[in-house]
Amino acid sequence: MANERIQVDILVVGAGPAGLAAAISAREAGIERIVVLEREDFQGGILRQCIHNGFGLHRFKVELTGPEYAQRDIDRAAELGIDIRTGVTVLEVSADRHVTAISQQEGLHVYEAGAVILAMGCRERSRGALAIPGTRCSGIFSAGTAQRYVNLEGYMPGRRVVILGSGDIGLIMARRMKLQGAKVLACVELMPYSSGLNRNIVQCLQDYDIPLLLGHTVTDIHGRERLTGVTVSQVDENRKPIPGTEQEFDCDTLLLSVGLIPENELSQGAGVELSGTTSGAVVDNTLQTSVPGIFACGNVLHVHDLVDHVSNEASVAGRAAAAYVQGKAWQGRSLPVQDGAGVRGTVPQRIILPDAPVDFTIDLMFRPVDVFRNQYLVVRADDKVLSCKKHMILTPGEMAVAPLNEKMLEQCRDAKAVTVEISPEKVS
Amino acid sequence: MYDVLIIGAGVIGCAVARQIAQYEGKVAVLDKAADVSEGASKANSGIVHAGYDAAPGSEKARLNVKGAAMYPQLCRTLGLPYGQPGALVLAFDEADRAAIEALEAQSLVNGVAGCRLIERDEVLRLEPNVNPAVVCALHVPTSGLVSPYELTHALANAAAYGGVEFQLETEVTGIERADDAWILHTNKGPMKTRAFVNCAGVYGGVLHNMISTRPVRIIPRRGQYYLLDRDEHLPFGMTLFQVPTKMGKGVLISPTTHGNLLIGPTAEDIEDGGDTVTTGLGLSDVLSKAALTWPDINIRSVITNFSGVRAHEVGGDFIIGAVEGAADGAFEAIGIESPGLTAAPAIGEELGIWVAYSLQLPKKRYLREPPPMPKAFSHMSPQEREAAYQQEPEYGRIVCRCETVTEAEVRQAIRQPVGARTLDGVKRRTRAGMGRCQGGFCSPRVVQILCEELGMRPDEVTKFGGDSWLLAGTLDSMGTEDDSHGE
Repeated sequence: MANERIQVDILVVGAGPAGLAAAISAREAGIERIVVLEREDFQGGILRQCIHNGFGLHRFKVELTGPEYAQRDIDRAAELGIDIRTGVTVLEVSADRHVTAISQQEGLHVYEAGAVILAMGCRERSRGALAIPGTRCSGIFSAGTAQRYVNLEGYMPGRRVVILGSGDIGLIMARRMKLQGAKVLACVELMPYSSGLNRNIVQCLQDYDIPLLLGHTVTDIHGRERLTGVTVSQVDENRKPIPGTEQEFDCDTLLLSVGLIPENELSQGAGVELSGTTSGAVVDNTLQTSVPGIFACGNVLHVHDLVDHVSNEASVAGRAAAAYVQGKAWQGRSLPVQDGAGVRGTVPQRIILPDAPVDFTIDLMFRPVDVFRNQYLVVRADDKVLSCKKHMILTPGEMAVAPLNEKMLEQCRDAKAVTVEISPEKVS
Repeated sequence: MYDVLIIGAGVIGCAVARQIAQYEGKVAVLDKAADVSEGASKANSGIVHAGYDAAPGSEKARLNVKGAAMYPQLCRTLGLPYGQPGALVLAFDEADRAAIEALEAQSLVNGVAGCRLIERDEVLRLEPNVNPAVVCALHVPTSGLVSPYELTHALANAAAYGGVEFQLETEVTGIERADDAWILHTNKGPMKTRAFVNCAGVYGGVLHNMISTRPVRIIPRRGQYYLLDRDEHLPFGMTLFQVPTKMGKGVLISPTTHGNLLIGPTAEDIEDGGDTVTTGLGLSDVLSKAALTWPDINIRSVITNFSGVRAHEVGGDFIIGAVEGAADGAFEAIGIESPGLTAAPAIGEELGIWVAYSLQLPKKRYLREPPPMPKAFSHMSPQEREAAYQQEPEYGRIVCRCETVTEAEVRQAIRQPVGARTLDGVKRRTRAGMGRCQGGFCSPRVVQILCEELGMRPDEVTKFGGDSWLLAGTLDSMGTEDDSHGE
């Protein structure tokens, strides 16, 4: 082993959109020694295989494909001379920020970092995690794996497709498979609403006459060798299949788009506290985790819908990590943020309120637990209502944001907790 | 002409083959699947049973105890992980105390050392997460763990190293006596041999009945399991059984050699030995029964479910040796259900010697000892990792992030004497794809490596042979003549 340890100011794990944006903002904040480690051979993360458009509308005010969006950050990072090492897998991150990594070119290396930014992204939930019964045939793919085969390898996973789950990747793949000549028989969703973005329901299913079966699920899988069909059943209000509602679909491919899970095995190894609701780290508004000097951003922190939001979040982490290394870390009173009625997985989970007057805004991000129409998004400091804003629709498929501006933050000075909730009534 | 054809490349067939490899002779193992270990050997509890359970005087009892004693040394020789965490057989009802006492007595008759009845407090001291309603338990200190498919692969490699051929995707469809020899009819044509050994698992009865005047009846018995993710803090350190029933040892909860938690199996008699489906009913049965052992049962970390089919002989014992009611040169090891994995090394040794002796095969003067299976990268110390990397830089490239499997290991798995040819073959040899993402990330890369090593196209790669293709063809081929799996 290379006995010398490599000293860096900031080490970023992952060169997807989060890692790139974090590294760029840290460099722009004046940090010299930044190293980004990426296990794939290319930068850009999952965006490389997202060849559809719809990226960048918020951040760049233009519509880009995934690779185009990634290239902007890749170019910017190169311009800034950031050291990005691909083909390097991080094996371990310790609480004292020693990072062990291995690569084919250089073998094992240990980095000692002033700060670590976790940007590993997420993985797809698999068939096993759902416990769908049936045979163990080939032809069952997570939607992202199928997307990789089609868009990066140039191979079709199959010809007659059923999609379980209406997450965005599943919807995008419904259209992609259809355009490539496959028959897409149905998209089956357990919940009474889709977990995907509305624009994807319209542009990927409705425009191609692909039926969306809400309140249904796959209850059996057929085929000894290759998949030959699936049984789809309607579910009741407790999401249990209703006997007698079975429909058979003759298909050779089942794509699963049933949720994304932040990939936090390295974080756990470092002793980072994780949230049971987001499956990501518990962080404060600087995106610092429970372990000092370790920050998290992007889909490893909580699963986003839009990469634009990932990049913005990662910039916050990059600047905060820079401040930490420069000895300018935020000090102040820690105020917990709580999920109220109708709200799940609010990030950040803590706000650090400095003693000096605040001059910043904090976005509280969360997912509604259900579909709410014409209801009010309320933020309170204890019993005091800080904001109450009417929303035409709040749905689990789209992350909601409740901003806390300077004025509202000043009102939190003496509060015990901040709570985010959805209320049917206007409150004051 | 062959001296010996072994039908079935499960743990029994491969153990017999490894023994016979010590003798001169032309020997082959046949299996209808595309890989070894595709039947019951890939889907069972992976327990090396101590031997308290089988009826005294039975072949099961004798070979269980003998096989269990062989395991520690066998696993060292083959380079396999072997654990001996011990086991508890739990009684939740005073009425079951008698059953535990009977098992304790039976352990002495069977020659199993160290089993003793312990009371509730001691049970909960040993395993604090066990249902506090537990009354007493049999403590079985010698109960062990092995990975059944890793063992089968290691045995197959050792046999192949010793010169045994492996002919896969070769299904025996008929057996015929011809002069002093046997003709095995297969999908690849007839094969002539002086002797054969029927190690065909759930199909063992069918083959037996082709040639014997004394028919047997083998009932395929399916067991469904849940597998939970690896965790450094598993709720249990030991294998936890419940009081056995006439259908078997019941639902167990056990760590595996790789630190997962296994829960199962059910016991369902079925018609078709290849019917390895899991069912909603079966899986909920596993959970409800396991909840007796583990009331706070938490399957949030479940990564997969699967089922295996064991060969239950209606007489309830192993049938091992020369086939009764058949001409010379016909041998068998059938009805090998639990504790078949435990007994496998003993069955392989005894039956291998028996076959070799009856054919008067001379013992090889120089035996080529196979190298032990290489240690998994994920189990290596940093120093071992660095050394492995210096030898083979492909150790620096991680293919499977969940189980930390390197490209070097995937390539070695394909290059083994009985090497991987399929995605599942790589998975069982390396664990790539066995983790929490279930191959979502690594399978495209594994497909690529299989293609590089074997000169295949991605659409020729299968999950486990036959019609289990993964990819329909290139984007351009859809609907054209090049559409390799088209309708």
